[in-house]
Amino acid sequence: MILTINGERREFDDGATLADLVAATVPTDRGVAVAVDGEVAPRGTWAGLALRDGQAIELLTAVQGG
Amino acid sequence: MSDELVVAGEKVGSRLIIGTGGAPSMQVIDEVIGASGTALCTVSMRRVDPSTTGSVLDVLAHHGVRVLPNTAGCRTAREAVLTAQLAREALETDWVKLEVVADDDTLLPDAVELLDAAERLVADGFKVFPYTNDDPILARRLQRVGCVAVMPLGAPIGSGLGILNQHNIELIVAEAEVPVVLDAGVGTASDAALAMELGCDAVLLASAVTRAQEPAMMAAAMASAVAAGRLAHRAGRIPKREHARASSPTTGMAVL
Repeated sequence: MILTINGERREFDDGATLADLVAATVPTDRGVAVAVDGEVAPRGTWAGLALRDGQAIELLTAVQGG
Repeated sequence: MSDELVVAGEKVGSRLIIGTGGAPSMQVIDEVIGASGTALCTVSMRRVDPSTTGSVLDVLAHHGVRVLPNTAGCRTAREAVLTAQLAREALETDWVKLEVVADDDTLLPDAVELLDAAERLVADGFKVFPYTNDDPILARRLQRVGCVAVMPLGAPIGSGLGILNQHNIELIVAEAEVPVVLDAGVGTASDAALAMELGCDAVLLASAVTRAQEPAMMAAAMASAVAAGRLAHRAGRIPKREHARASSPTTGMAVL
């Protein structure tokens, strides 16, 4: 399936969960939050959330900012 | 005598809140936080960059500083609410500096979106610190919907123009029932001192320090200014007079 991750299209195995995607995308999930199609996906739901083709995932973390 | 800043029922160990934006390196942030004595720092939420090493969160944790995520860059209430929810999820804090700005040239708050977002976030359990215009009526409305502080601007973000409307800041302070934090516009130490003299409870600044030629030195200057301004406010300044008033005795003068 094709997913859009932080604005970039990437191919993932069908059946991948959000936890799989996070593990494959960021070096550490500490301080990371995820939105799927514009909705917050709480950390506790990642392992059970099966992704679907075409979804847009945003992975955010804290950076310097005023 | 204890004179601690208390927001949402929690003590904040310094009246100087530092924004971490604008610093050229993590090393500078580290030095600035140390020199400022701050207890609360803002951060922004952005896309994860896997190539980045070292996190601003590590620096804050090292200093034992509490984190205040912001919603910088958001233009609508919807974006700001989602960003705040993501920050709460990532950073495990329900404190949020709410920023909803109208455009890139002014970075001025969009009052309509701001109030809408504040109301929604309060309903969702957030402790909302809104970055707002220097508008006493908007500040009143933000308090009414349950914000735990109000943070009027002195001047546009990053402008360093100081406090452009002292009168409005005084009006906001006069009727505030929550802490007033002067946020944005501070250029140098006297601006921060003035904010405190006007009765603000704290000052939030970033660029004035992080973009100064000597950031750590300016951070120390701001800490002194905030402390001095606070003391002066509590001490009660003399009224301004049109004419001189002698401070030496006027009786017992020799006839020479």
